[in-house]
Amino acid sequence: MMLRLAVASLMARALTVGMAVLAIALSVALFLGVEKVRTGAKASFADTISGTDLIVGARSGSVQLLLYSVFRIGNATNNVTWESYLDIAARPEVEWIVPVSLGDSHRQFRVMGTNSAFFEHYKYRQGRSLELAQGAQLGDLFDAVIGADVAATLNYGIGDPIIVSHGIASFVEHEDQPFRVSGILAKTGTPVDRTVIVSLEAIEAIHVDWQGGAQVPGQTTPAETLRQMDLTPTAVTAALVGVQSPLQTFALQRAINSYPKEPLLAILPGLALQELWGIVGIAETALLAVSCMVVVTALIGMMAIIFSSLNERRREMAIFRAMGARPRTIVGMLVLEAMLMAAVGALLGLALLYAALFVAQPVVDSAFGLWLPIEAPTLRDVYVVLAVVGAGAIVSLVPATRAYRMSLADGMMVRT
Amino acid sequence: MLSLKDVRFSWPGPARFSLRVPDFSMAAGESVLLLGESGSGKSTLLSLVCGTMLPDQGQVIVAGNDLSSQSGGARDQWRAEKIGIIFQQFNLLPFGTVADNILLPLRFAPKRRQQVGDPLAEVKTLCATLGLPKGVEHAKAGMLSVGQQQRVAVARALIGRPPLIIADEPTSALDADSQAAFLDLLFEQARVDDTSLLMVSHDARLATRFDRVVAMTDIAHIERAVA
Repeated sequence: MMLRLAVASLMARALTVGMAVLAIALSVALFLGVEKVRTGAKASFADTISGTDLIVGARSGSVQLLLYSVFRIGNATNNVTWESYLDIAARPEVEWIVPVSLGDSHRQFRVMGTNSAFFEHYKYRQGRSLELAQGAQLGDLFDAVIGADVAATLNYGIGDPIIVSHGIASFVEHEDQPFRVSGILAKTGTPVDRTVIVSLEAIEAIHVDWQGGAQVPGQTTPAETLRQMDLTPTAVTAALVGVQSPLQTFALQRAINSYPKEPLLAILPGLALQELWGIVGIAETALLAVSCMVVVTALIGMMAIIFSSLNERRREMAIFRAMGARPRTIVGMLVLEAMLMAAVGALLGLALLYAALFVAQPVVDSAFGLWLPIEAPTLRDVYVVLAVVGAGAIVSLVPATRAYRMSLADGMMVRT
Repeated sequence: MLSLKDVRFSWPGPARFSLRVPDFSMAAGESVLLLGESGSGKSTLLSLVCGTMLPDQGQVIVAGNDLSSQSGGARDQWRAEKIGIIFQQFNLLPFGTVADNILLPLRFAPKRRQQVGDPLAEVKTLCATLGLPKGVEHAKAGMLSVGQQQRVAVARALIGRPPLIIADEPTSALDADSQAAFLDLLFEQARVDDTSLLMVSHDARLATRFDRVVAMTDIAHIERAVA
């Protein structure tokens, strides 16, 4: 009966109560949303590379190597010579190796030179392989396979020409050697979606007429001649390596890190990601703290609304007192009301979050390459809802204590 | 039924006014009208009788209980068990149904609750007895007419047959015809249940209906404490 009366009392003040509930709902949606984005981003990063045991590049920082080789963020400070690459590939521990050559771009998208091993061994999201949505893999020297976002953004189809720019954000283009879209990859939710993939030899081919970062004036080697040339690369940016046995991973890593002919760095992708999370951890904590403060602010708003309603509810409390309710029953009722408001607010917030996820998931995916999974509420979400209800009860003790004092002072003879 | 001896109650605040009641009593089954102007201490006296306020000195004994000797919780429980209260303007919970309002005292009074048997059936019986329309128990109290609210307030005070009914100026907001109808109803039910009735009012025209009329000025004095 008291619960029903508490609900009825809240319904009678639907406007003010509704605003407090909405504030709590929005704050909880924000708090849980930040967490979803945070975990989604982590999962998305972690899902980007799967099944690769080591990433090899020129000696720099492990996070830097991970970012430029896998996420196409930043640039390499140096390359790995082709001889070193072949040395590593020839080691008995190596099951497979994929060369990665970066440096050029097409519009805002990175161009990556590699070979057919990339399509065979690159795995994402717990071992999924790349699939072609249309067309075929690299056949001709000037074939390009493009990611799903490249195709969607630039509205490219099979057979469309692609002019590669020299370097990143450069106005100088390799316009004398245009590529042709031979295949479009299915969506992966990884940086591959925003990559133009060409062969290693093609990267060499478009730079045949270039010296010192600029095209040699008047020199243009015909495509047919290029197709006949030995286009073995002199260097690659990085290499993705799979080992025969996981037990050999660390031995191979040590061997590469102490490679005598040039300074190389081999990193474990998982450990490098952990290092990356360690770096961004402070920002994450700050973001969580801010969203937590938003929840606290909403709860304080609820407290203010309960406070401001106390005076107009003195008669209601006096009725309860006259009927035999103890002051602590009045306190209990106010706490119960606050818990109901907080619970409805928190659950509404959860519902808002899922509604927002349904709407925002494709937008965020296409804009940021960030796949936010829509899954059933986690145990953590349940704890957050319970914590908000508990915090609602705690903050309501302030107005409830005032109501307790008022009900003791007023007795049952309030005239309002 | 009710006895106040050498009672003194001081209101909080710098003015240090106090209400003194040397001696006031009423017998079981008696109906008493307490007449007094605004500010004469009527409401404070009722709060002392109901045990929501305690005197600084003296004894308040109601239905054999010395209220000062009881703990706060026991006093609240005792009030729920023994006293039916009718407020000025009836003070129903507007968001609750008629049944919620009538049954509210039973929520805090298990013994009074036991006397009732089937609570909803008792609500229906009371509503029918008091001339309320069938099915009204499910209506929101705030949607009722003033006349219907009067009847619900009476039903709330009478349910479980408490030995004492206290009414705080219940007719002040009513016209003459409504006053008469309300008092007819109240006295009839009090007679049937053999309930004592203490009503405070500033309206001397009600005096003829009561066994005894007492002026506040005859039993109580408001004094200013000497520093």
